[in-house]
Amino acid sequence: MQHCIETKDLVRTFKGPSKSTVKALDKVSVSIDEGEIFGLLGPNGAGKTTFIKILSTLLLPTSGEAYVNGFNVVKESHKVRKIINLVSGGETPGYGILTVRENLWFFSQLYGLSPSNAKEKIKKLMAELDFDEYTNVRMNKLSSGYRQRLNLARGLINDPKILFLDEPTLGLDVLTAKNLRNYLVNWAKLERKGTVLLTTHYMAEADEMCDRVAIIDQGKILACDSPQRLKENLTKNPAAKLEVSSIQANFDFLKTIQGIIGFTQTPNIQTGVTTLKVIARDESAFSKIIAKINQENLKVLTINKTEPTLEDVYISLVGRGFEEAEAPANV
Amino acid sequence: MYRDLVFNLRVAYARLWVRVKGGNREPHWIVTEITIPILTLSAYVYLYKMLNAPAEFAGFVVIGGTMIAFWSNVLWNMSAQFYWEKETGNLQMYLVAPIPRMAILLGMALGGIINTALRATAILTVGTLVFQVPIMLREPSTALLIFLLTIVALYALGMLFASLFMLYGREAWHTASLLQEPVHFLSGFYFPVRYLPFMIQLVASAIPITFGLDGIRRVIISGENIVDVLPHVGALIIFIAILMPLSKLALNFMENLSKREGRLTLRWQ
Repeated sequence: MQHCIETKDLVRTFKGPSKSTVKALDKVSVSIDEGEIFGLLGPNGAGKTTFIKILSTLLLPTSGEAYVNGFNVVKESHKVRKIINLVSGGETPGYGILTVRENLWFFSQLYGLSPSNAKEKIKKLMAELDFDEYTNVRMNKLSSGYRQRLNLARGLINDPKILFLDEPTLGLDVLTAKNLRNYLVNWAKLERKGTVLLTTHYMAEADEMCDRVAIIDQGKILACDSPQRLKENLTKNPAAKLEVSSIQANFDFLKTIQGIIGFTQTPNIQTGVTTLKVIARDESAFSKIIAKINQENLKVLTINKTEPTLEDVYISLVGRGFEEAEAPANV
Repeated sequence: MYRDLVFNLRVAYARLWVRVKGGNREPHWIVTEITIPILTLSAYVYLYKMLNAPAEFAGFVVIGGTMIAFWSNVLWNMSAQFYWEKETGNLQMYLVAPIPRMAILLGMALGGIINTALRATAILTVGTLVFQVPIMLREPSTALLIFLLTIVALYALGMLFASLFMLYGREAWHTASLLQEPVHFLSGFYFPVRYLPFMIQLVASAIPITFGLDGIRRVIISGENIVDVLPHVGALIIFIAILMPLSKLALNFMENLSKREGRLTLRWQ
Protein backbone atom coordinates (compact mmCIF):
# COMPACT_ATOMS: atom_id res chain seq x y z
CA MET A 1 0.00 0.00 0.00
CA GLN A 2 1.30 3.41 -0.91
CA HIS A 3 1.58 5.82 1.99
CA CYS A 4 0.57 9.43 1.67
CA ILE A 5 3.81 10.58 3.28
CA GLU A 6 6.84 8.37 3.61
CA THR A 7 10.39 9.07 4.68
CA LYS A 8 13.28 6.65 4.66
CA ASP A 9 16.37 7.28 6.79
CA LEU A 10 15.96 11.02 6.41
CA VAL A 11 18.97 12.95 7.61
CA ARG A 12 19.48 16.70 7.72
CA THR A 13 22.54 18.36 9.14
CA PHE A 14 23.37 22.03 9.56
CA LYS A 15 26.58 23.86 10.11
CA GLY A 16 26.91 24.55 13.80
CA PRO A 17 29.14 26.96 15.67
CA SER A 18 32.90 26.79 14.93
CA LYS A 19 32.63 24.37 12.00
CA SER A 20 30.75 21.74 13.98
CA THR A 21 27.80 19.87 12.48
CA VAL A 22 24.38 19.76 14.08
CA LYS A 23 22.18 16.81 13.20
CA ALA A 24 18.61 18.13 13.05
CA LEU A 25 17.19 14.87 11.72
CA ASP A 26 18.82 11.53 12.31
CA LYS A 27 17.60 8.68 10.06
CA VAL A 28 13.93 9.50 10.40
CA SER A 29 11.66 6.88 8.82
CA VAL A 30 7.96 7.57 9.03
CA SER A 31 4.91 6.42 7.07
CA ILE A 32 1.66 8.35 7.17
CA ASP A 33 -1.54 7.01 5.63
CA GLU A 34 -4.09 8.95 3.65
CA GLY A 35 -6.67 10.72 5.79
CA GLU A 36 -4.57 10.46 8.91
CA ILE A 37 -3.85 13.31 11.31
CA PHE A 38 -0.30 12.61 12.28
CA GLY A 39 1.45 14.53 15.03
CA LEU A 40 5.13 15.12 15.53
CA LEU A 41 5.62 15.93 19.16
CA GLY A 42 8.85 17.20 20.62
CA PRO A 43 10.50 20.12 22.37
CA ASN A 44 11.82 23.17 20.50
CA GLY A 45 14.91 22.23 18.51
CA ALA A 46 13.90 18.55 18.26
CA GLY A 47 13.78 18.65 14.44
CA LYS A 48 10.04 19.01 13.85
CA THR A 49 10.20 22.14 11.68
CA THR A 50 13.15 20.75 9.72
CA PHE A 51 11.08 17.65 8.95
CA ILE A 52 8.10 19.67 7.77
CA LYS A 53 10.30 21.98 5.68
CA ILE A 54 11.82 19.04 3.85
CA LEU A 55 8.40 17.57 3.10
CA SER A 56 7.06 20.93 1.94
CA THR A 57 10.06 21.31 -0.45
CA LEU A 58 11.59 24.28 1.41
CA LEU A 59 14.69 22.41 2.44
CA LEU A 60 16.76 19.63 0.89
CA PRO A 61 17.62 16.56 2.95
CA THR A 62 21.28 15.78 3.52
CA SER A 63 20.54 12.11 2.84
CA GLY A 64 17.64 9.69 2.79
CA GLU A 65 14.40 9.89 0.86
CA ALA A 66 11.05 11.56 1.34
CA TYR A 67 7.87 11.05 -0.64
CA VAL A 68 4.63 13.00 -0.57
CA ASN A 69 1.73 11.28 -2.29
CA GLY A 70 4.33 9.11 -3.98
CA PHE A 71 6.30 12.06 -5.36
CA ASN A 72 9.93 12.47 -4.42
CA VAL A 73 10.22 15.82 -2.63
CA VAL A 74 13.60 16.56 -4.22
CA LYS A 75 13.11 15.35 -7.78
CA GLU A 76 9.39 16.02 -8.16
CA SER A 77 8.98 19.07 -5.97
CA HIS A 78 6.69 20.80 -8.47
CA LYS A 79 4.19 17.91 -8.30
CA VAL A 80 4.37 17.95 -4.50
CA ARG A 81 3.59 21.69 -4.34
CA LYS A 82 0.37 21.23 -6.29
CA ILE A 83 -1.21 19.10 -3.57
CA ILE A 84 0.12 20.59 -0.34
CA ASN A 85 -0.10 23.72 1.75
CA LEU A 86 1.69 24.86 4.86
CA VAL A 87 0.48 26.82 7.85
CA SER A 88 3.03 27.94 10.41
CA GLY A 89 1.97 29.28 13.77
CA GLY A 90 3.23 32.71 14.69
CA GLU A 91 3.61 33.57 11.01
CA THR A 92 1.41 36.10 9.26
CA PRO A 93 2.07 35.79 5.55
CA GLY A 94 0.34 38.42 3.49
CA TYR A 95 0.48 42.17 3.09
CA GLY A 96 -0.52 44.36 6.01
CA ILE A 97 -1.83 47.15 3.82
CA LEU A 98 -4.26 44.81 2.03
CA THR A 99 -7.57 43.66 3.46
CA VAL A 100 -8.29 40.10 4.50
CA ARG A 101 -10.22 39.40 1.30
CA GLU A 102 -7.53 40.97 -0.90
CA ASN A 103 -4.84 38.87 0.76
CA LEU A 104 -6.83 35.69 0.33
CA TRP A 105 -7.56 36.55 -3.28
CA PHE A 106 -3.84 37.04 -3.90
CA PHE A 107 -2.95 33.66 -2.41
CA SER A 108 -5.78 31.99 -4.34
CA GLN A 109 -4.10 33.15 -7.53
CA LEU A 110 -0.92 31.31 -6.60
CA TYR A 111 -2.96 28.12 -6.97
CA GLY A 112 -4.68 29.12 -10.18
CA LEU A 113 -8.22 29.52 -8.82
CA SER A 114 -10.60 31.18 -11.25
CA PRO A 115 -12.11 34.52 -10.10
CA SER A 116 -15.52 32.99 -9.31
CA ASN A 117 -13.98 29.97 -7.62
CA ALA A 118 -11.70 32.18 -5.54
CA LYS A 119 -14.56 34.44 -4.49
CA GLU A 120 -16.71 31.51 -3.42
CA LYS A 121 -13.87 29.78 -1.61
CA ILE A 122 -12.87 32.93 0.30
CA LYS A 123 -16.44 33.55 1.38
CA LYS A 124 -16.84 29.95 2.55
CA LEU A 125 -13.58 29.84 4.49
CA MET A 126 -14.19 33.16 6.19
CA ALA A 127 -17.63 32.04 7.28
CA GLU A 128 -16.40 28.68 8.51
CA LEU A 129 -13.54 30.21 10.43
CA ASP A 130 -15.95 32.75 11.84
CA PHE A 131 -14.26 35.97 10.80
CA ASP A 132 -16.39 37.07 7.86
CA GLU A 133 -17.05 40.44 9.51
CA TYR A 134 -13.35 41.19 8.99
CA THR A 135 -13.50 40.79 5.19
CA ASN A 136 -12.62 44.39 4.48
CA VAL A 137 -10.29 44.97 7.42
CA ARG A 138 -6.62 45.46 6.65
CA MET A 139 -4.40 42.65 7.80
CA ASN A 140 -2.26 44.97 9.92
CA LYS A 141 -5.33 45.83 11.99
CA LEU A 142 -6.08 42.22 12.96
CA SER A 143 -5.35 40.68 16.36
CA SER A 144 -3.02 37.68 16.44
CA GLY A 145 -5.99 35.29 16.74
CA TYR A 146 -7.62 36.66 13.60
CA ARG A 147 -4.31 36.73 11.77
CA GLN A 148 -3.95 33.05 12.50
CA ARG A 149 -7.45 32.45 11.13
CA LEU A 150 -6.39 34.30 7.99
CA ASN A 151 -3.24 32.20 7.87
CA LEU A 152 -5.28 29.03 8.17
CA ALA A 153 -7.75 30.20 5.51
CA ARG A 154 -4.76 30.83 3.25
CA GLY A 155 -3.50 27.32 3.93
CA LEU A 156 -6.84 25.82 2.94
CA ILE A 157 -7.47 28.04 -0.09
CA ASN A 158 -6.24 25.39 -2.54
CA ASP A 159 -8.08 22.57 -0.79
CA PRO A 160 -4.82 20.72 -0.21
CA LYS A 161 -4.65 16.97 -0.23
CA ILE A 162 -1.95 17.17 2.42
CA LEU A 163 -1.79 19.98 4.95
CA PHE A 164 1.35 20.70 6.95
CA LEU A 165 0.72 22.48 10.22
CA ASP A 166 3.79 23.74 12.03
CA GLU A 167 2.81 24.72 15.56
CA PRO A 168 -0.54 26.09 14.31
CA THR A 169 -1.79 27.36 17.67
CA LEU A 170 1.45 28.96 18.83
CA GLY A 171 0.80 32.07 20.88
CA LEU A 172 -3.00 31.83 20.67
CA ASP A 173 -5.34 32.08 23.64
CA VAL A 174 -6.93 28.86 24.88
CA LEU A 175 -10.34 29.39 23.31
CA THR A 176 -9.06 30.45 19.88
CA ALA A 177 -6.62 27.52 19.87
CA LYS A 178 -9.41 25.10 20.76
CA ASN A 179 -11.69 26.47 18.03
CA LEU A 180 -8.93 26.15 15.43
CA ARG A 181 -8.17 22.61 16.53
CA ASN A 182 -11.83 21.63 16.28
CA TYR A 183 -12.09 23.20 12.85
CA LEU A 184 -9.00 21.39 11.60
CA VAL A 185 -10.12 18.00 12.85
CA ASN A 186 -13.49 18.57 11.26
CA TRP A 187 -11.87 19.65 8.01
CA ALA A 188 -9.57 16.64 7.89
CA LYS A 189 -12.04 14.00 8.99
CA LEU A 190 -15.38 15.10 7.62
CA GLU A 191 -15.03 17.69 4.93
CA ARG A 192 -11.84 17.24 2.96
CA LYS A 193 -10.71 13.88 4.28
CA GLY A 194 -7.23 15.23 3.81
CA THR A 195 -4.01 14.15 5.44
CA VAL A 196 -2.56 16.40 8.12
CA LEU A 197 0.97 16.44 9.45
CA LEU A 198 1.05 18.50 12.60
CA THR A 199 4.09 19.51 14.60
CA THR A 200 3.54 20.73 18.11
CA HIS A 201 5.07 20.92 21.49
CA TYR A 202 1.67 21.11 23.16
CA MET A 203 0.91 17.66 24.54
CA ALA A 204 -2.84 18.27 24.74
CA GLU A 205 -2.94 19.38 21.12
CA ALA A 206 -1.31 16.18 19.90
CA ASP A 207 -3.51 14.10 22.21
CA GLU A 208 -6.71 15.80 21.11
CA MET A 209 -6.12 15.97 17.38
CA CYS A 210 -3.92 13.14 16.22
CA ASP A 211 -4.63 9.61 15.10
CA ARG A 212 -0.98 8.81 15.61
CA VAL A 213 1.86 10.65 17.26
CA ALA A 214 5.59 10.33 16.77
CA ILE A 215 7.73 11.57 19.62
CA ILE A 216 10.89 13.20 18.37
CA ASP A 217 13.90 14.26 20.33
CA GLN A 218 17.27 15.46 19.05
CA GLY A 219 16.32 14.49 15.52
CA LYS A 220 15.34 10.91 16.33
CA ILE A 221 11.91 9.33 16.44
CA LEU A 222 11.65 7.67 19.82
CA ALA A 223 8.14 6.24 19.61
CA CYS A 224 5.27 6.25 17.17
CA ASP A 225 1.74 5.07 17.84
CA SER A 226 -1.75 6.31 18.63
CA PRO A 227 -1.85 8.60 21.70
CA GLN A 228 -4.00 6.01 23.45
CA ARG A 229 -1.59 3.16 22.84
CA LEU A 230 1.44 5.26 23.75
CA LYS A 231 -0.21 6.02 27.07
CA GLU A 232 -1.40 2.45 27.56
CA ASN A 233 2.14 1.19 27.18
CA LEU A 234 2.99 3.38 30.09
CA THR A 235 0.37 2.10 32.49
CA LYS A 236 2.79 -0.43 33.90
CA ASN A 237 4.93 2.55 34.91
CA PRO A 238 2.99 4.56 37.49
CA ALA A 239 3.10 8.35 37.42
CA ALA A 240 2.59 10.70 40.34
CA LYS A 241 2.45 14.43 40.89
CA LEU A 242 4.06 15.78 44.05
CA GLU A 243 3.94 19.29 45.42
CA VAL A 244 7.01 20.25 47.42
CA SER A 245 7.38 23.38 49.53
CA SER A 246 10.39 24.92 47.82
CA ILE A 247 11.14 26.62 44.55
CA GLN A 248 14.88 26.81 44.98
CA ALA A 249 15.75 23.22 45.73
CA ASN A 250 17.72 21.19 43.24
CA PHE A 251 15.89 17.92 42.80
CA ASP A 252 18.73 16.14 41.03
CA PHE A 253 19.06 13.96 44.13
CA LEU A 254 15.97 12.08 42.85
CA LYS A 255 18.11 10.62 40.10
CA THR A 256 19.95 8.53 42.69
CA ILE A 257 16.77 6.71 43.65
CA GLN A 258 16.44 3.35 42.01
CA GLY A 259 13.20 2.74 40.15
CA ILE A 260 12.71 6.29 38.85
CA ILE A 261 12.47 6.50 35.07
CA GLY A 262 12.30 10.27 34.82
CA PHE A 263 10.84 13.39 36.30
CA THR A 264 10.08 17.05 35.62
CA GLN A 265 9.99 19.95 38.01
CA THR A 266 7.88 23.08 37.64
CA PRO A 267 8.46 25.76 40.25
CA ASN A 268 5.69 28.29 40.89
CA ILE A 269 7.12 31.56 42.17
CA GLN A 270 3.72 32.84 43.28
CA THR A 271 2.87 29.90 45.52
CA GLY A 272 6.42 28.96 46.45
CA VAL A 273 5.68 25.38 45.51
CA THR A 274 7.46 23.10 43.04
CA THR A 275 5.40 20.48 41.24
CA LEU A 276 7.27 17.28 40.50
CA LYS A 277 5.99 14.86 37.94
CA VAL A 278 7.63 11.47 38.44
CA ILE A 279 7.45 8.30 36.37
CA ALA A 280 8.59 5.20 38.22
CA ARG A 281 9.07 1.53 37.47
CA ASP A 282 6.75 0.57 40.29
CA GLU A 283 4.84 2.23 43.09
CA SER A 284 7.38 1.32 45.75
CA ALA A 285 9.61 4.09 44.34
CA PHE A 286 7.24 6.78 45.63
CA SER A 287 7.82 5.98 49.30
CA LYS A 288 11.55 6.23 48.63
CA ILE A 289 11.00 9.61 46.97
CA ILE A 290 9.05 10.97 49.95
CA ALA A 291 11.72 9.72 52.35
CA LYS A 292 14.48 11.27 50.27
CA ILE A 293 12.68 14.61 50.03
CA ASN A 294 12.17 14.67 53.79
CA GLN A 295 15.84 13.82 54.22
CA GLU A 296 16.67 16.96 52.24
CA ASN A 297 14.63 19.01 54.75
CA LEU A 298 11.88 19.66 52.21
CA LYS A 299 8.21 19.07 52.76
CA VAL A 300 5.90 17.07 50.49
CA LEU A 301 2.59 18.94 50.52
CA THR A 302 0.54 16.63 48.32
CA ILE A 303 1.03 13.46 46.31
CA ASN A 304 -1.41 12.26 43.66
CA LYS A 305 -1.28 9.34 41.33
CA THR A 306 -2.00 10.56 37.78
CA GLU A 307 -3.30 9.03 34.60
CA PRO A 308 -0.52 8.78 32.02
CA THR A 309 -0.30 11.65 29.54
CA LEU A 310 1.82 12.12 26.43
CA GLU A 311 4.16 14.19 28.56
CA ASP A 312 4.66 11.13 30.75
CA VAL A 313 5.42 9.10 27.64
CA TYR A 314 8.05 11.67 26.68
CA ILE A 315 9.53 11.67 30.19
CA SER A 316 9.66 7.90 30.23
CA LEU A 317 11.48 7.90 26.88
CA VAL A 318 14.08 10.60 27.51
CA GLY A 319 14.12 10.89 31.30
CA ARG A 320 13.26 14.60 31.32
CA GLY A 321 10.48 17.00 30.38
CA PHE A 322 10.17 19.38 27.42
CA GLU A 323 11.42 22.43 29.29
CA GLU A 324 14.69 20.76 30.19
CA ALA A 325 15.05 19.28 26.70
CA GLU A 326 14.59 22.45 24.72
CA ALA A 327 17.60 23.32 22.66
CA PRO A 328 18.14 26.38 20.42
CA ALA A 329 16.27 25.91 17.15
CA ASN A 330 18.39 25.38 14.07
CA VAL A 331 15.95 26.45 11.43
CA MET B 1 1.11 24.82 -22.60
CA TYR B 2 -1.74 27.33 -22.96
CA ARG B 3 -2.96 26.55 -19.43
CA ASP B 4 0.56 27.07 -18.06
CA LEU B 5 0.79 30.41 -19.81
CA VAL B 6 -2.57 31.54 -18.42
CA PHE B 7 -1.52 30.40 -14.94
CA ASN B 8 1.80 32.26 -15.17
CA LEU B 9 0.05 35.41 -16.31
CA ARG B 10 -2.51 35.09 -13.55
CA VAL B 11 0.26 34.81 -10.92
CA ALA B 12 2.15 37.76 -12.44
CA TYR B 13 -1.03 39.83 -12.51
CA ALA B 14 -1.83 38.98 -8.88
CA ARG B 15 1.61 40.10 -7.74
CA LEU B 16 1.37 43.22 -9.92
CA TRP B 17 -2.03 44.00 -8.42
CA VAL B 18 -0.69 43.67 -4.86
CA ARG B 19 2.11 46.09 -5.65
CA VAL B 20 -0.06 48.68 -7.35
CA LYS B 21 -2.82 48.45 -4.75
CA GLY B 22 -0.41 48.48 -1.82
CA GLY B 23 1.74 51.21 -3.29
CA ASN B 24 -1.09 53.65 -3.84
CA ARG B 25 -3.52 52.92 -1.03
CA GLU B 26 -2.05 55.58 1.23
CA PRO B 27 -1.51 58.91 -0.54
CA HIS B 28 1.52 60.00 1.51
CA TRP B 29 3.70 58.74 -1.36
CA ILE B 30 2.90 62.02 -3.12
CA VAL B 31 4.98 63.82 -0.50
CA THR B 32 7.79 61.34 -0.14
CA GLU B 33 8.17 60.24 -3.72
CA ILE B 34 7.44 63.42 -5.65
CA THR B 35 8.11 66.43 -3.44
CA ILE B 36 11.43 65.21 -2.10
CA PRO B 37 12.91 64.24 -5.52
CA ILE B 38 11.80 67.62 -6.89
CA LEU B 39 13.61 69.37 -4.03
CA THR B 40 16.76 67.38 -4.82
CA LEU B 41 16.70 68.15 -8.51
CA SER B 42 15.86 71.82 -7.76
CA ALA B 43 19.16 72.06 -5.90
CA TYR B 44 21.05 70.83 -8.98
CA VAL B 45 19.12 73.09 -11.37
CA TYR B 46 19.86 76.19 -9.28
CA LEU B 47 23.49 75.16 -8.96
CA TYR B 48 23.78 74.99 -12.77
CA LYS B 49 21.97 78.31 -13.09
CA MET B 50 24.37 79.89 -10.61
CA LEU B 51 27.29 78.56 -12.67
CA ASN B 52 25.70 79.95 -15.86
CA ALA B 53 25.58 76.47 -17.40
CA PRO B 54 23.60 76.10 -20.68
CA ALA B 55 19.81 75.86 -20.20
CA GLU B 56 19.82 72.26 -21.44
CA PHE B 57 21.49 71.23 -18.17
CA ALA B 58 18.18 71.80 -16.38
CA GLY B 59 16.74 69.25 -18.80
CA PHE B 60 19.51 66.77 -18.00
CA VAL B 61 18.72 67.13 -14.31
CA VAL B 62 14.94 66.73 -14.71
CA ILE B 63 15.33 63.59 -16.86
CA GLY B 64 17.97 62.23 -14.48
CA GLY B 65 15.68 62.90 -11.51
CA THR B 66 12.85 61.13 -13.30
CA MET B 67 14.94 58.06 -14.06
CA ILE B 68 16.28 57.92 -10.50
CA ALA B 69 12.74 56.97 -9.46
CA PHE B 70 13.08 53.81 -11.57
CA TRP B 71 16.58 53.00 -10.33
CA SER B 72 15.49 53.41 -6.68
CA ASN B 73 12.48 51.23 -7.35
CA VAL B 74 14.65 48.53 -8.93
CA LEU B 75 17.16 48.65 -6.11
CA TRP B 76 14.89 48.78 -3.08
CA ASN B 77 11.52 47.46 -4.19
CA MET B 78 12.62 44.90 -6.73
CA SER B 79 16.01 43.61 -5.62
CA ALA B 80 15.20 43.83 -1.93
CA GLN B 81 11.68 42.46 -2.30
CA PHE B 82 12.53 38.81 -1.68
CA TYR B 83 14.43 39.91 1.40
CA TRP B 84 11.29 41.60 2.71
CA GLU B 85 9.15 38.67 1.65
CA LYS B 86 11.44 36.38 3.59
CA GLU B 87 11.18 38.52 6.74
CA THR B 88 7.37 38.60 6.60
CA GLY B 89 6.98 34.88 5.84
CA ASN B 90 5.66 35.44 2.32
CA LEU B 91 8.67 33.98 0.55
CA GLN B 92 7.98 30.63 2.20
CA MET B 93 4.43 30.75 0.85
CA TYR B 94 5.66 31.55 -2.67
CA LEU B 95 8.06 28.65 -2.55
CA VAL B 96 5.49 26.17 -1.26
CA ALA B 97 3.06 27.17 -4.03
CA PRO B 98 3.31 25.50 -7.46
CA ILE B 99 4.27 28.71 -9.21
CA PRO B 100 7.17 29.67 -11.42
CA ARG B 101 9.31 32.11 -9.44
CA MET B 102 9.87 34.20 -12.55
CA ALA B 103 6.12 34.91 -12.71
CA ILE B 104 6.31 36.45 -9.24
CA LEU B 105 9.34 38.50 -10.26
CA LEU B 106 7.60 39.58 -13.44
CA GLY B 107 4.56 40.72 -11.47
CA MET B 108 6.76 42.60 -9.03
CA ALA B 109 8.60 44.26 -11.91
CA LEU B 110 5.47 45.25 -13.81
CA GLY B 111 3.80 46.55 -10.66
CA GLY B 112 6.95 48.50 -9.86
CA ILE B 113 7.03 49.96 -13.35
CA ILE B 114 3.40 51.10 -13.11
CA ASN B 115 3.87 52.62 -9.65
CA THR B 116 7.11 54.32 -10.58
CA ALA B 117 5.74 55.55 -13.90
CA LEU B 118 3.07 57.45 -11.95
CA ARG B 119 5.72 59.04 -9.77
CA ALA B 120 8.17 59.62 -12.62
CA THR B 121 5.50 61.27 -14.78
CA ALA B 122 4.66 63.63 -11.92
CA ILE B 123 8.35 64.50 -11.39
CA LEU B 124 8.89 65.00 -15.13
CA THR B 125 5.81 67.19 -15.55
CA VAL B 126 6.42 69.38 -12.52
CA GLY B 127 10.19 69.61 -13.22
CA THR B 128 9.69 70.52 -16.89
CA LEU B 129 7.07 73.19 -16.14
CA VAL B 130 8.80 74.74 -13.14
CA PHE B 131 12.27 74.91 -14.69
CA GLN B 132 11.09 75.53 -18.24
CA VAL B 133 13.26 72.79 -19.67
CA PRO B 134 14.10 73.34 -23.36
CA ILE B 135 12.78 70.32 -25.25
CA MET B 136 13.85 69.46 -28.82
CA LEU B 137 12.04 66.15 -29.21
CA ARG B 138 11.87 65.21 -32.90
CA GLU B 139 11.30 61.46 -32.64
CA PRO B 140 8.99 60.57 -29.71
CA SER B 141 8.97 56.92 -30.84
CA THR B 142 12.77 56.76 -30.49
CA ALA B 143 12.55 58.29 -26.99
CA LEU B 144 9.87 55.74 -26.09
CA LEU B 145 11.94 52.86 -27.53
CA ILE B 146 15.01 53.79 -25.50
CA PHE B 147 12.91 54.33 -22.40
CA LEU B 148 11.27 50.90 -22.73
CA LEU B 149 14.58 49.16 -23.42
CA THR B 150 16.11 50.89 -20.41
CA ILE B 151 13.25 49.85 -18.17
CA VAL B 152 13.40 46.21 -19.33
CA ALA B 153 17.19 46.11 -18.85
CA LEU B 154 16.93 47.77 -15.43
CA TYR B 155 14.26 45.43 -14.14
CA ALA B 156 16.15 42.43 -15.51
CA LEU B 157 19.05 43.65 -13.38
CA GLY B 158 16.60 43.93 -10.48
CA MET B 159 15.52 40.32 -11.00
CA LEU B 160 19.15 39.26 -10.88
CA PHE B 161 19.72 41.19 -7.66
CA ALA B 162 16.54 39.71 -6.16
CA SER B 163 18.15 36.25 -6.14
CA LEU B 164 21.20 37.61 -4.35
CA PHE B 165 19.03 39.30 -1.74
CA MET B 166 17.07 36.09 -1.25
CA LEU B 167 20.16 34.22 -0.15
CA TYR B 168 22.35 36.84 1.42
CA GLY B 169 19.71 38.84 3.27
CA ARG B 170 21.22 41.68 5.20
CA GLU B 171 24.59 41.43 3.46
CA ALA B 172 22.90 42.16 0.15
CA TRP B 173 20.97 44.93 1.85
CA HIS B 174 24.28 46.66 2.52
CA THR B 175 25.34 45.95 -1.06
CA ALA B 176 22.25 47.83 -2.27
CA SER B 177 23.12 50.80 -0.08
CA LEU B 178 26.61 50.60 -1.49
CA LEU B 179 25.25 50.62 -5.03
CA GLN B 180 22.91 53.55 -4.65
CA GLU B 181 25.12 56.66 -4.63
CA PRO B 182 27.96 55.30 -6.84
CA VAL B 183 25.39 54.44 -9.51
CA HIS B 184 23.86 57.91 -9.19
CA PHE B 185 27.32 59.30 -9.86
CA LEU B 186 28.55 56.88 -12.52
CA SER B 187 25.35 56.88 -14.56
CA GLY B 188 25.29 60.66 -14.60
CA PHE B 189 21.85 61.18 -13.13
CA TYR B 190 22.47 64.92 -12.68
CA PHE B 191 25.01 65.58 -15.41
CA PRO B 192 25.96 64.17 -18.83
CA VAL B 193 28.27 61.21 -18.37
CA ARG B 194 30.44 62.34 -21.33
CA TYR B 195 32.06 64.92 -19.02
CA LEU B 196 33.52 62.13 -16.89
CA PRO B 197 37.08 60.80 -17.49
CA PHE B 198 37.30 57.97 -20.01
CA MET B 199 38.10 55.26 -17.45
CA ILE B 200 35.10 56.20 -15.35
CA GLN B 201 32.92 56.24 -18.46
CA LEU B 202 34.17 52.70 -19.15
CA VAL B 203 33.10 51.55 -15.69
CA ALA B 204 29.80 53.39 -16.07
CA SER B 205 29.10 51.53 -19.32
CA ALA B 206 28.59 48.34 -17.29
CA ILE B 207 25.36 49.84 -15.94
CA PRO B 208 22.35 49.75 -18.30
CA ILE B 209 20.90 53.01 -17.07
CA THR B 210 23.98 54.92 -18.21
CA PHE B 211 23.10 54.15 -21.84
CA GLY B 212 19.39 54.66 -21.29
CA LEU B 213 19.81 58.01 -19.61
CA ASP B 214 22.26 59.35 -22.17
CA GLY B 215 20.11 58.11 -25.06
CA ILE B 216 16.90 59.64 -23.72
CA ARG B 217 18.62 62.97 -23.07
CA ARG B 218 20.09 63.05 -26.56
CA VAL B 219 16.68 62.42 -28.13
CA ILE B 220 14.59 64.70 -25.89
CA ILE B 221 16.98 67.56 -25.09
CA SER B 222 19.49 67.56 -27.96
CA GLY B 223 16.99 66.56 -30.69
CA GLU B 224 19.03 63.58 -31.97
CA ASN B 225 17.40 60.80 -34.02
CA ILE B 226 17.40 56.98 -34.07
CA VAL B 227 20.59 56.78 -36.13
CA ASP B 228 22.46 58.92 -33.58
CA VAL B 229 21.41 56.71 -30.70
CA LEU B 230 21.77 53.32 -32.41
CA PRO B 231 24.77 52.38 -30.20
CA HIS B 232 22.60 53.06 -27.16
CA VAL B 233 19.80 50.87 -28.53
CA GLY B 234 22.29 48.10 -29.34
CA ALA B 235 23.90 48.26 -25.89
CA LEU B 236 20.54 48.09 -24.15
CA ILE B 237 19.45 45.09 -26.24
CA ILE B 238 22.69 43.31 -25.33
CA PHE B 239 22.07 44.06 -21.65
CA ILE B 240 18.58 42.58 -21.88
CA ALA B 241 19.80 39.52 -23.77
CA ILE B 242 22.37 38.83 -21.05
CA LEU B 243 20.49 39.87 -17.92
CA MET B 244 17.15 38.14 -18.57
CA PRO B 245 18.43 34.54 -18.88
CA LEU B 246 21.07 35.25 -16.25
CA SER B 247 18.42 36.32 -13.74
CA LYS B 248 16.49 33.08 -14.32
CA LEU B 249 19.64 30.99 -13.91
CA ALA B 250 20.64 32.94 -10.80
CA LEU B 251 17.20 32.50 -9.26
CA ASN B 252 17.26 28.71 -9.78
CA PHE B 253 20.83 28.47 -8.56
CA MET B 254 20.24 30.59 -5.48
CA GLU B 255 17.03 28.75 -4.60
CA ASN B 256 18.78 25.38 -4.75
CA LEU B 257 21.81 26.65 -2.88
CA SER B 258 19.74 28.15 -0.11
CA LYS B 259 17.64 24.99 0.18
CA ARG B 260 20.85 23.02 0.52
CA GLU B 261 22.29 25.39 3.09
CA GLY B 262 18.99 25.85 4.91
CA ARG B 263 18.99 29.61 4.45
CA LEU B 264 15.87 30.00 2.37
CA THR B 265 13.60 30.82 5.25
CA LEU B 266 16.23 31.69 7.82
CA ARG B 267 15.55 35.16 9.14
CA TRP B 268 17.47 37.95 10.82
CA GLN B 269 20.72 36.79 9.30
